[in-house]
Amino acid sequence: MKTTNKELSPVQQLLEKKYNSGFLNRSEKVIPVVLFIMAAVSVLTTLGIVLTLIFETITFFGDVSIVEFFTAKEWYPFSGTDPVYGIWPLVLGTLKITLIASLFAIPIGLAVALYLSEYASARTRKIMKPILEVLAGVPTIVYGFFALTFVTPLLRQLFPSLELFNAISPGLVVGIMIIPTIVSLSEDALSSVPESVRQGALALGSTKWETASKVIFPAALSGILASIVLGVSRAIGETMIVSIAAGSTPSAALDLTSSLQTMTSYIVQVTTGDAGFGTTIYYSIYSVGFTLFVFTLLMNILAQFISKRFREEY
Amino acid sequence: MENTARVKSEEMVGRIDGRLMKNKVVKGIFLTATIFTSIILVVLLYRIISQGAPYLSWDFFQNFASRRPEQAGIKAAVIGTLWMMSVVIPTAAILGVGTAIYLEEYAKKSALTRWIQMNISNLAGVPSVVFGLLGLTIFVRVFGFGNSVLAAGFTMALLVLPVVIVAAQEAIRAVPNELKEASYGLGATKWQTIYRVVLPYAIPGIATGSILAFSRAIGETAPLIVVGIPTFVAFLPSGYLDSFTALPMQIYNWTSRPQLEFHNLAAAGIIILLGVLILMNSVAVWIRNRYQAR
Repeated sequence: MKTTNKELSPVQQLLEKKYNSGFLNRSEKVIPVVLFIMAAVSVLTTLGIVLTLIFETITFFGDVSIVEFFTAKEWYPFSGTDPVYGIWPLVLGTLKITLIASLFAIPIGLAVALYLSEYASARTRKIMKPILEVLAGVPTIVYGFFALTFVTPLLRQLFPSLELFNAISPGLVVGIMIIPTIVSLSEDALSSVPESVRQGALALGSTKWETASKVIFPAALSGILASIVLGVSRAIGETMIVSIAAGSTPSAALDLTSSLQTMTSYIVQVTTGDAGFGTTIYYSIYSVGFTLFVFTLLMNILAQFISKRFREEY
Repeated sequence: MENTARVKSEEMVGRIDGRLMKNKVVKGIFLTATIFTSIILVVLLYRIISQGAPYLSWDFFQNFASRRPEQAGIKAAVIGTLWMMSVVIPTAAILGVGTAIYLEEYAKKSALTRWIQMNISNLAGVPSVVFGLLGLTIFVRVFGFGNSVLAAGFTMALLVLPVVIVAAQEAIRAVPNELKEASYGLGATKWQTIYRVVLPYAIPGIATGSILAFSRAIGETAPLIVVGIPTFVAFLPSGYLDSFTALPMQIYNWTSRPQLEFHNLAAAGIIILLGVLILMNSVAVWIRNRYQAR
């Protein structure tokens, strides 16, 4: 402080002295720095993830040709003599699961969201919200157990040609897992359309369905699309359900009834076993993880872009 | 003339009936979807409880893992999860609340701040298995923690950190400005205001959001598998650098065995896991309801 002491009263002088030398002043300066370091941890986490994946993937490409990685139609790392690392079967496995999950979860999720926001009484909403919260909170290991011990046997009674490990059962259960995501975010979007818009449409003589489909749904479209993209992104990254119920056979066939492997379940398969540190198989999980990370990152960026770009302002 | 008018109005009534009918049908479809979703939850819970409940006994809590299903227990997994959470909770809570205070109270509205914020929301969308790869490289190998409580705990803490941060930010943002201004008016410094006024007001909100985040850490399996946490453990950890197993790992192990008895054990393990989660969620809801009223 540059002010001369003459201008200050004795009490002020005392305070000044306390502030300039004391603990208070020091903590006022130190605390923001400490808090900034804490905030930096989350940035470092992202950086750590990206750098880890990049460096270990580069090591992997020292052993395996990058052309083979993208063009070979086979993923066969455990062959002692002639391993092949073509990512396509794992990507295809992930796409199969994601497609089944989306086809199941998007219609149901949107139907529930529309019902809750446009038709349901306050009482029904009050009952359904906790049910959806519980579904969202169920750990994926539990869904995996459910897929293997309930959904798969049920489906095999209906379709005897279905194998024990297949794409359909885990696909449907991943769908169940992402329904709460789609419902809760879509319902938020639908409910945030102003009541006056809704009442305007009803006053013109529209039925509730006409109001919902022609007025409310288009107005909430950005939020709804974002919810779908986020749901799909979760399906891509889902690990335990597919590890338990989809099998561990990387397959380039389009068949949905037999065992397959996704990017996530390959990582689990390798880390459950004893692939020694430093082997090509060990580094391959990072190349697969990197591919997976790029997929989900693109989906998340797409979701953010949609909700910003197409937002309707009221 | 009169006739055509009558025909027209009949046509219109017919059309209105059609439109109302359509509305009813659509409503019926939506209601069916809603009921279907609830039934899934009921079936899931019923299956697990009917399968696992007979296996819940005092011995089940007392015994370690075993190759014989009738002797297998969940002791190591329950204790292991407690050990892991004793790392996750303080780490994620301190880092999460600290970051939230920084972003809400200290950070200027700069490009850097926006970037940190965007980074946090992107981090929340990274699959948990990728966090496992981070933990495997950084905590297990680079820091040399091995497949220990500490490595798993830190990995999980980073996984739930974004959720804790966002919850704490919302709670801090909800503190009325008048309270802060009154505190400054009394001569309090910025940190005194945050510590004595903002935090006490925001704590219930922070607690509610954090408990939900921690319950996610209890149920996550994939990162534990990737950092190499073993499934077959017949001892308890005695320090943070010891190996251990956790509830979801034990359930995974039992689920992947072909014998039905082990599936029943898995169901019993799931009952315990879900019981813990429901308990934590109830506490979170209780805190929310209790403090929302003021």
